[in-house]
Amino acid sequence: MSTTFDKVAEIIAETCDIPRENIKPESHAINDLEIDSLDFLDIAFAIDKAFGIKLPLEQWTQEVNDGKATTDQYFVLKNLSDRIDELIAAKGA
Amino acid sequence: MRLEYFQMLDRIVDVDVGERRIRTACTIPKANESPVFEGHFPGYPLMPGVLLIECMAQTTGWLASALVNFDNMPILAGVKEAKIRTAVFPGDELEFEGKVIHEGSGFTVGEVKGRRGGKGVCDAQITYRMLPYPNPQFRQAIRDWADRLQFPFKEPVK
Repeated sequence: MSTTFDKVAEIIAETCDIPRENIKPESHAINDLEIDSLDFLDIAFAIDKAFGIKLPLEQWTQEVNDGKATTDQYFVLKNLSDRIDELIAAKGA
Repeated sequence: MRLEYFQMLDRIVDVDVGERRIRTACTIPKANESPVFEGHFPGYPLMPGVLLIECMAQTTGWLASALVNFDNMPILAGVKEAKIRTAVFPGDELEFEGKVIHEGSGFTVGEVKGRRGGKGVCDAQITYRMLPYPNPQFRQAIRDWADRLQFPFKEPVK
């Protein structure tokens, strides 16, 4: 059974044409993989569809802009995968 | 519609902020009313498909503006799945219907369809980057433009 990270990595590889082997749990989507905000929007849509959730991008953007969160919390892929798992869990609760 | 000024729409028919939907309308100029048709094409005036995309972009663009009470301006950032399903000619009357499917995160995404006589002529998914107006005068100019299109400002927008 594939993990959340595996699915996210597949989505990123397909959406942004990045070799799958370059996408690692510790990769930062923006700083390491150089994904820009427009492409990340497509990734977020694909994640929403794949997992049946809604990533709260607006809230995350606001938190980062306000200094209440770091980009690492949302854009390092292992952390992004954790956020996705939390949203899936919350949906089932 | 004045193609050469990118004034693509004649009228905003309806805006429903709660449902995040908009309808707009325009009439393609006659062949002798726009220099666009001198080039596209000589002897066979045809509405350029890329300008139909602009019609669609302006339609959901007005809705994107309405959803933020004209506090930010939508700048075209992406066009996906754009389809021009049939030829559109001078004098044709078109209606566009759009909805916003995502907002926040600095982007707004809309889906929009154009119809002639009820039959679809074009559709697309359009993404906008939402940016602050460069100055209050420009924001006012956009509001004035919206007024000329009969934008229903009376609706509660927030």
